[in-house]
Formats: sequence, C-alpha cells, structure tokens
Amino acid sequence: MRTINFLLVKEFKQIFRNKPMLVIIFMLPVIQLLILANAASYEVKNIAFSAIDMDNTPYSRELLSKFKASTQFDFIAMYPSEDMAKEAMQEGTVDVVLHIPQYFERNLQKEKKSKLLVTINAINGSAAAVENIYVTTIIKDFNQAVQVDLIDSADMSQMPKKVNVIPLFWFNPELDYKTFMVPGILVLLVTMVALFLAGMNIVREKELGTLEQINVTPIKKHEFIIGKLTPFWILGIAELIIGLVIAKIAFDIPMVGNLALLFLFATVYLLVVLGIGLYISNFTETQQQAMFLAWFFAVIFILMSGLFTPIESMPVWAQFITEFNPVKYFVEVVRMVMLKGSSLSDISPQLIKLGIYALLINALAVWSYKKVS
Amino acid sequence: MENENVIQVENLTKMFGDFTAVNEISFEVGKGEVFGFLGANGAGKTTAMKMLIGISKPTSGEATVAGFDVKSHAEDVKKSIGYMSQKFSLYNDLTIKENIVFFGGIYGLQKSVLKEKTQALIDELGLHDHADELVRSLPLGWKQKVAFSVALLHNPKIIFLDEPTGGVDPITRRQFWEMIYREASKGVTIFVTTHYMDEAEYCDRVSIMVEGRIEALDTPKKLKEQFKVDSMNEVFLKLARNIE
Amino acid sequence: MKRFRGFVIKEFYHIFRDKRTLVILFGMPIVQILLFGYAVTNEINNVDLAILDKSRDTETQKIINDIEASKYFKINDMLDDEGQIESIFKKGQVKAVLVFGPNFDKNLVTQNSADVQIITDATEPNVANSVSNYLSSILQKYQTDINKAIKVPYQIVPETKMYYNPELKSVFMFVPGIMTVILMLVSAIMTSISITREKELGTMEILLVSPLKPYQVILGKVFPYVFLAIVNAIIILALGFFVFKMPIQGSYFLLALESILFIFSALSLGILISTISETQQTAMMASLMGLMLPTILLSGFIFPISSMPVALQVISNIIPAKWFIILIKGILLKGVGITVLWKETLVLLAMITVFIGVSIKKYKIRLE
Repeated sequence: MRTINFLLVKEFKQIFRNKPMLVIIFMLPVIQLLILANAASYEVKNIAFSAIDMDNTPYSRELLSKFKASTQFDFIAMYPSEDMAKEAMQEGTVDVVLHIPQYFERNLQKEKKSKLLVTINAINGSAAAVENIYVTTIIKDFNQAVQVDLIDSADMSQMPKKVNVIPLFWFNPELDYKTFMVPGILVLLVTMVALFLAGMNIVREKELGTLEQINVTPIKKHEFIIGKLTPFWILGIAELIIGLVIAKIAFDIPMVGNLALLFLFATVYLLVVLGIGLYISNFTETQQQAMFLAWFFAVIFILMSGLFTPIESMPVWAQFITEFNPVKYFVEVVRMVMLKGSSLSDISPQLIKLGIYALLINALAVWSYKKVS
Repeated sequence: MENENVIQVENLTKMFGDFTAVNEISFEVGKGEVFGFLGANGAGKTTAMKMLIGISKPTSGEATVAGFDVKSHAEDVKKSIGYMSQKFSLYNDLTIKENIVFFGGIYGLQKSVLKEKTQALIDELGLHDHADELVRSLPLGWKQKVAFSVALLHNPKIIFLDEPTGGVDPITRRQFWEMIYREASKGVTIFVTTHYMDEAEYCDRVSIMVEGRIEALDTPKKLKEQFKVDSMNEVFLKLARNIE
Repeated sequence: MKRFRGFVIKEFYHIFRDKRTLVILFGMPIVQILLFGYAVTNEINNVDLAILDKSRDTETQKIINDIEASKYFKINDMLDDEGQIESIFKKGQVKAVLVFGPNFDKNLVTQNSADVQIITDATEPNVANSVSNYLSSILQKYQTDINKAIKVPYQIVPETKMYYNPELKSVFMFVPGIMTVILMLVSAIMTSISITREKELGTMEILLVSPLKPYQVILGKVFPYVFLAIVNAIIILALGFFVFKMPIQGSYFLLALESILFIFSALSLGILISTISETQQTAMMASLMGLMLPTILLSGFIFPISSMPVALQVISNIIPAKWFIILIKGILLKGVGITVLWKETLVLLAMITVFIGVSIKKYKIRLE
C-alpha cells in the first residue's frame, strides 16, 4: 500500500513537471470543446440557392419570394441561363438551382398543371436529400396557396385536403446541436486523455529503460499497475469536471440528471479505457507503436459509438460489434443522464455491461504484464 | 575461510528461438567477492545477468541468488539484491532527492530510515547544492554515483552492476571503484559486467564470456599467468583469437 | 549524396521493420473506408417508433401501414395514453412517437384538415430532424395521394435532378475525407514523432554532428513518410473506385499533383510541431489535439462548414485539410480543372511556405 503511495507521488511529480503536457491535457481540450461544439452540426442551413426564371410572372416571382424569405436558404443570385447556373454549381457558388420554365403561370391556370425543375449539388448525399425536402415543402406550400386561391370555393369536394403535421421536439426543443454534441465531445476528450496518456506512459518507461529498473525491485505487479493507472484515472475525472463546468457556463447544456450518477459511470468507464491502454502498452515496444495502436482502436471506437452517427443507422452486424464498444455506452449514458435525467435503473444495463468489461480487460492486462520475460 | 556462496549457477542457458545467447554457463560467487563478469559486446553478459536478477526466465539450467531459486522465487531474489542498469535508470525528470525517496520507498524502507539514508547519501556524495536539481541536468559521472547509491539503499546482499562505467572519465571511474570496494569491505557481494578489460584487474575473480560460453574463470593474476601475458586486455585478445 | 541516400535507406529500414505500425498504417484506411462505407451513416434505418392512435380508423391504419412498409421505421409499440410517452423516451426505447388526434378521418372529410403530431426525442437532433422529415414526407405523400384521388386541380409537379452523385451515395463525402485524414496522420503526425524521437533518445545530436546538413537530416527523415502517404492515398482512392464505384471525373495528373501538395503541407506542419516538442509524447498529443481533431471536425469532412458559426468558418481557413477537400472533391466528382481550383492550390502553397519558414526560424533561434 505504501508502495503505491510512492508511485503516485512520483507519477504526479512527473506529470506536473511536464509543462507542455499540462497545456495539452488541460488547455487544449478546453479550446477543443469550445470551438468544436460550435462546429459540430449536421443541420442543413444557409443553403446556397439560385434560380432561373424564364417565366417572369406574378406567380413565378411569388414563388421566388418564398425562397428569399426562407431562413433555410441563402439567396445567392438569379441566372439568365442554364449554362451560367451550371458553371456556378461547378465552382461551388451555389448548391441548389430552381428552374422556372416559360409559361409556368399560364400552364398552371389553363392546363391546371405545371412543372418545375430543381437541380441540387448532391456530393453530400444526405444533405442533398434534406435540401430536396425543404425545396419541395416550400413548393408544396405555394401550391396549396395557389389551389386555395384558384379553386371555386363553392365546390368543396374538390378542395385539397391537408394533413397538418406538427413536429414537436422533446428534451431539446430548439434542436440545439450543441446539446447533442457537447456531452459526446466530453466523452471524446476524457477518453483520449486516458487512453493515450496512460498507454504511452508505460511504454515510455520501457523505451527509456526505467521500466527495467522497476521490474528488478520487489514491487508487486498489481502495485505497479495501480500506481501507474490511478493518476490517469484522476486526470480523466478532472478532465470531466472541467468539461462539465465549461459545458454549463459556455453552452448552458442542461444537466437534468444526477451528476453523481455520471461520475459513477465515468469511474467505471475510465477503468475500461485505462485497461485497454495498459493492455496495448504490454504489446508495444515504442511510444510510436503504442500511439498508433491506440489511435487505430480509438478511431474505430469513436466512429462506432453513436457520437457522430446513430447506431440505429448501422447494419445489424455493425450494431452487434458496438456491443463491445465501451465508448458507445458512455456516450449513451452521458446523454441520457444529462439531457433526459435518466435514473440509475435506466442506465443499469450499460453500467453492468461496462463493469464486466472493466473486470475482463483489466484482468487480461494485468495477466499479460510480465515482470519476467 | 568459510565463504557461503551467494550466487550459484549451473548450466544456465537462454535461447531466443534458435539463437543461444547464453550457453550452459556454470560458476559460483562467494560472499563479499568483487566478481567481474567480462566479455565482448554481444557475448551474452547482459542476458546472463538478466536471468540472475530475475527479469528473464532461463531456458534451462539452475541459478540460485541470495539463497533463492531465480526460476521459482524471482521476487524474493529481488528483495535481496540491488541493480544498476546500463542506462543508469534514474528518472530524469525527478530530482536526486526524489529519486532516492522513490526507490527507497519501493524497497519498503520506513519513513524515518528513508529520511536518514537520504541525508547520508547526499552527504557522502557531497551533493547538497544539487539535491533538488533534476537528474537530467547532472553530469554523467554524478548520475552514475547516485544510481549506485540508490541501488544500495535497502542494504542488499548482492549488487549487480551492468556496465556501470560506460562513457565516464577515468577519474570518475576510479572514484566509482573506490565506492565499490567500500561496499565490498562491508560484506556486500559485487557482481559487475564490463567490457573494459582494465577494470578486470580490480576484481577478485573474473569470468570471460565468449559467444555465450564462459571460456575463462579465475583471479586476474592466475589468468595472466595462464596466458603468459601482462594485462587482462591481452588475456582477452588471446582468448578471442583462440576461438577463431 | 551517397550519404544522404544511405540515411534515407536507414529510415526506410526503421519503418519497415516496425511491422505493427505498418499493419496499422495500411490497415487503418481500409478499415475506416469499410466502416464509413457500410456502417457509419446518418441515413436512418429501422428507427424505433411508437404510435399513439386516438382515432383508430381506416385512414390512420392506412398511414400506419405505409410507415411499416417503409424500411426507415420499425413500429415498436402502440401506446394507450400520453403519459407513457415520457417514460418510453427516458428508457431510450424509441426515437419518436406519432400521435393521431381523435376523429382523424372525420376531420379530413368535414373540415378538410386533420392534425398529426410527430414527437421526436431531440437529444439527438440530427436523428430527430431526419425522423421528423421522413415521417412528414410519408404523411405528405399520403396527402398527395388523397388529393390525387379526388382529382384536385392546379398541381405543381417538381422534378429534382441530383448532380454529381445521383444515387446520393455517402461514399463521395467520406473517401476524400478519409484520404485527407490519413495523409495528415502519416505526413504530419508520424513525421513529427519520428523527428522528436531522435531528439528524445538523444540521437538527434549525433545526426547533426554528422556530415549531413540539417536540412538533409529533416528531408531524410521525412522522405519515407511521403512515400507511405502516397501509397496510402492510392489504396484509398482505389478502394473508393473499385469497391464503392466512386468516379474520378477529373485529371489524374492534377489529382496526383494536388495530393502531393497537400502531403507537403502536412509534412511542413509536422516539422513545425517537432520544433516545439521535446518529447514524443508532447509531439503526439500536440498533433492529435491540435491537428487531428480540427482536421476532422473543421475541414468539412463530416460537418458542413456552411453550417458553422462565422467565427469558425474563418478559423477553418487556416486548416490545410479544408482546402484539400475542396480540391479533391472538385477533381474527383465535378471533374473541374486548375482554372476553377487555382485559388485553393495557391492557398496550400502559401501555407507550406509559412510553415517551413516558421520552422526554420525556430530552429535557428534554438541553435543560438
């Protein structure tokens, strides 16, 4: 027990003496959180919109004014020809072009039917789909208004029927992406600090030769490992605290649930991540290798965690794999507790799974750490 | 003179795949001896030493250090020995004092004892002005002396030194060997590897490893007589030539 | 020159002997592409839904059937009252609840309008938005169908053409992105670590004392990574092309040129980082936190730059990756040439000059 104390003193001295590292551990994540929480959003807005109006009638102008008024679109320009519009799209100036053909108004009034062409830059496929929905919605609303205008109100049976869709967004009524991303980015930062620093640290001693010196002392395996991992566990929690403070102050993220629950979960989570870091360090000789291995797993874990894209959108086999991804559980729980106020029983399935995971990976890591080669 | 053997090695072997780094070496070291474990770079000295200090598992053969079998009781071995590695393995980003406190603590020294010993060590080495400096900023010779002293903090019976004087000036080397003798006279057994043949002269007995085997084992005086030369350097050269 | 060659060969040996790193270096892009290609997507699929139907008439049933038939949704639960909604969200069992008011059909017939509430769990706003959008488009289609059936006149029929990517494949978004990230990883991060490693282990001084000039040392260290980066880029493009049918509309030559330009910009960043790091750990964390994350998040790879606050859009301009992604998407997907892309190319060139310039200055200050 005393031995662990000595180890902790040494580790903390080393960490706090390393000024550049301190900056990286404490300042950069803060900056990251601030900048990136603002950047991370899938919201499709400020859509660069343009139009070609070959009709130039009250109806066409009315339709265009609807787009100009919409906050979803940024009206960039009117183009006199198809070629110019196409060139603008090539250059990236606009993403959507509305082509209003000649006789648009006349056809609608006489033939009771009229066509419109919409061209969309579909490089970002999912954004394009959303843009399409927005465009067609505006067109349909305009259509509705025209129909109400033109249809003889006496003839009720021919009046268009409307299904009033009322979208309601619970827990995050303004669809604030920050509310979604910040807890996730918190997880990301805590994970990176724990995984990389812990794993790298042990390998560093290997590289420098001080690990050998330790192995010659009668220090017990578990004492060494606890002494090594505890400081990073503490750092991870510290990171979480700082992150939460910033989340509240800078982003006013709701903290509906019980924060103690969050820290309980974070403790178990960190044990898993540290265990993985330790395990990696047992199989690598250089810091570079360790970093690479850690990075490899980190990327996969993060991509498959539901942080950036939902797990439900993944094919079944991928969803199965995510069952073994500790990051996924933390991301879920952070959001559940902070934003929905979920209780201990709500998150207990994740807690239990993660607990088992922690036991397994640490047992594996400790077993594979050899004082004798 | 009744001398208990603190190190007993019998047919000790270490193989890495097909390569035999240490090939059935056998020898004994008595208490209080200064035993030189010599050989060229790559002869297998460090590998052999690693087995004796319990951080490398022998492929075959037996070895007993401080009364404990290195295969089955490696951790007990470690309690009774001190070690100074080739790289001097002190923490560069800790001060001298902090290094002493850390290693002393790891070996289980009580707080009061630790305090005493820390002070004694600093006094002995004359490092008062530098006790709170980072090891990183010390010249090599001082690092080496501190490392040696740290290895002795827990009063081990045997101390293993792996190439302790590499890269150090002759005066410092001399001072270092004086430290070694002081400990030996207190009854501490010194097991030192080196590729500096002149240091062999300082040892009570010397073994010379060539390509994994011990090709010579005796006092420096007797070896020089045996090979009819005047220095250990020449003994070694003759041995090496014989093998070719 | 011979010495230099010898040095470069040694560096290659270092890298190729490190099997573990190599496996990851080449395995990573492959795994990432596969993940992005098959698993990581914002498209909704099999989203869990619950329905609270206060009408339970033939029309609501029709809509429910339509929803079930679509591959986007899975109806998990039929609820009985409003009180159940909150707890079902808290348990995380469904993403949305569709609520039909009472007398749905009757209202449609007599008042020409009826209400439907789409309540989504907006803790994941993009999912909520997508779910909301898709559900309302199903409802919209239902509305269009009834109106067609009763032959409501004055229909405007919009037709949409998707340019560059008619099948709306997500490949086009991520292959350029992955390429950028991997190139950044290899060229910047590995280089900075490699140079810093020599510093940390003390062998840098040996190199500097050797007859090799400092710039030769740096060049030699950097050269193998350029090679690796290029190989990686080719692998990624090939995978995108052959496995995911991503087109390469523009000139191969321009593609190669711009890629090498980007590699150099990443390299110069790596060198810059190595001048300010004493240990590998520092270099690595600085690269990861200061380079990798901004590259992934601010370059337009995953999140569109146009959706970011203005301040961030400005900051994104100093990230080489942002410019490269524009370049590469343009060449691959739009097939445009240097006449359109000259601005971005110039920016990258300028960046390289600045980074190298600062590195040299820092290095000189050090020597003094």
